[in-house]
Amino acid sequence: MHLGRPTRGLLAAITGLTLAVIYLPLVVVLINSFSSSTSLSWPPPGFTLEWWVRTANSAGARDAVVTSVGVALASTVIALVLGTLVAIALQRYDFFGRSTVNLLVILPIALPGIVTGIALNNFFRTIAGVPLSIWTVVVAHATFCIVTVFNNAVARLRRTGTRLEEASADLGAGGWTTFRLVTFPQLRSALLAGGLLAFALSFDEIIVTTFTAGSGVTTLPIFILNNMFRPNQAPVVAVIAVVLVVVSVVPIYLAQRLSAADVDRR
Amino acid sequence: MSGSPTIRLRGLSKHFGGVKAVDAVDLDVRAGEFFSMLGPSGSGKTTVLRLVAGFEQPTSGSVELFGDDVTAKAAFERDVSTVFQDYALFPHMTVLDNVAYGLRVRGVRPRQRRERALQALEAVQLAHAAQRKPTQLSGGQRQRVALARASVVEPKVMLLDEPLGALDLKLREQMQVELKQIQRNLGITFVFVTHDQEEALSLSDRVAVFNNGRIEQLGTPRELYENPASLFVADFVGTSNLFTDEHAVRLIGRQGAFSIRPERLRLVTDPHAGAGNDTSGGRPSAPGTVVESIYVGSAVRCVVDLDDGPRVTVLEHNDGSRREERVRGGRIHVVWQDDDVVALVPAAS
Repeated sequence: MHLGRPTRGLLAAITGLTLAVIYLPLVVVLINSFSSSTSLSWPPPGFTLEWWVRTANSAGARDAVVTSVGVALASTVIALVLGTLVAIALQRYDFFGRSTVNLLVILPIALPGIVTGIALNNFFRTIAGVPLSIWTVVVAHATFCIVTVFNNAVARLRRTGTRLEEASADLGAGGWTTFRLVTFPQLRSALLAGGLLAFALSFDEIIVTTFTAGSGVTTLPIFILNNMFRPNQAPVVAVIAVVLVVVSVVPIYLAQRLSAADVDRR
Repeated sequence: MSGSPTIRLRGLSKHFGGVKAVDAVDLDVRAGEFFSMLGPSGSGKTTVLRLVAGFEQPTSGSVELFGDDVTAKAAFERDVSTVFQDYALFPHMTVLDNVAYGLRVRGVRPRQRRERALQALEAVQLAHAAQRKPTQLSGGQRQRVALARASVVEPKVMLLDEPLGALDLKLREQMQVELKQIQRNLGITFVFVTHDQEEALSLSDRVAVFNNGRIEQLGTPRELYENPASLFVADFVGTSNLFTDEHAVRLIGRQGAFSIRPERLRLVTDPHAGAGNDTSGGRPSAPGTVVESIYVGSAVRCVVDLDDGPRVTVLEHNDGSRREERVRGGRIHVVWQDDDVVALVPAAS
């Protein structure tokens, strides 16, 4: 459809404005991480690498990174195993309660984090009697990480259909062999994409984490929150924010490219 | 094992929801025959194949292979190989690995399975493509790989689900010949599903015509073509001129629907004036108007509206004589012999 000149101009302006509202603050954070002002006054009086150096040398920040990566990796692994299994069950087999299970698996991503957080906090401490630790955070994150893996795996299973698995069985392969040699290779790139998304989701999660982390468990987002209002820490927070953005955006970018490349190949 | 057929189906039914896809089918397929299941889409032929392969569980009835009841057995426990309509080659494996797959899951050693897979590929003239991926092959090549993959495990029965459906006409005809040769060389039973009646007739030892989940007629190609048992078969197998009860009374003076093949009808300008000496006045004939005359190379196909009957097609062999009298709108007489009239029983509804 051809658009008139004024319309095009207007649409371009709206698009530009929207993107500016989303991304300008991020750019400001990036610039502030190099600012020589500790109170982050704008415009920055000068530029320095001091905050980056100080952050790199900060034991607290380093620990937070290690904790966050560990939590994200562990919950991603759990999500990959359980998400794949439930996706195969729901996509390949018909059983009583199938659609209910389907809904229950997807629901956690829609639940408000605060509800998940309070509920798990309650459950862990009062009913299960498990002390809050880094593992309670892992389990809590896995509840919604499963969803991204599940969605990717289900979409792939639906698209590949059952033909290849039938061909494998027809040639004499049992269930496990068929999974190992046929189903899994077909799923691999979808699982990678789902896993990367799950990692990114866990890496910058804060609400559920706040409610399920044991004392002394400090993930990167919690570290930022703790340091945000402390005097003279503002530039360090900006540095960590930039790191957080990069670490969460890269997996999502990779995941998108993976799915796109896959679509092209087929 | 002697005496028991290769495949025996008894009272085999498969319902999807309320739809009877397969409805109480009894069928014996003999060892070593090229058996076709012919029918329009939705007639149940593919479902029967999938029931034999073990991809579907029957609602009721039984499947026997070589005298053993395999109804409760999974697909991987049945000694049959399937060639799928869309070939179902594993896209992440090379052609060689695809063909070797059946040997691999049977625990054949890498060296030996490589050798046997290469032999199978040579048999279909694709040894040079062994290291390619299926996506790099043409439709006809994929078809051959699928055949090699199914045959390398030396099954006693090969199930083929419209294997030529995706190929263009020329390749299709070429592959038909190859299929027949492969079947003869391997000496195994082929069960071939198709909706193409010409393909079924030209390849098969016997054909089962499916309609609405049931077998409408079972017989040799000649039996089906010369003596169709029902309106449905007469209409579906080959081209037929169908005459209803009403037409029968007016044209041949008795009741009962019948059919006459286009090549058995003749055209004459005047049936009584003896256009050619063999045309006696006693021969049945019907006047009509030429609607269309189509030159198809080996023959001329002439469509005639009968005054007292339906529109019929007449196939006149091209013997070199020019038939300019078949002009559109021209008056003509269609003649036939009593032997060519095939009485039909109505299709089971």
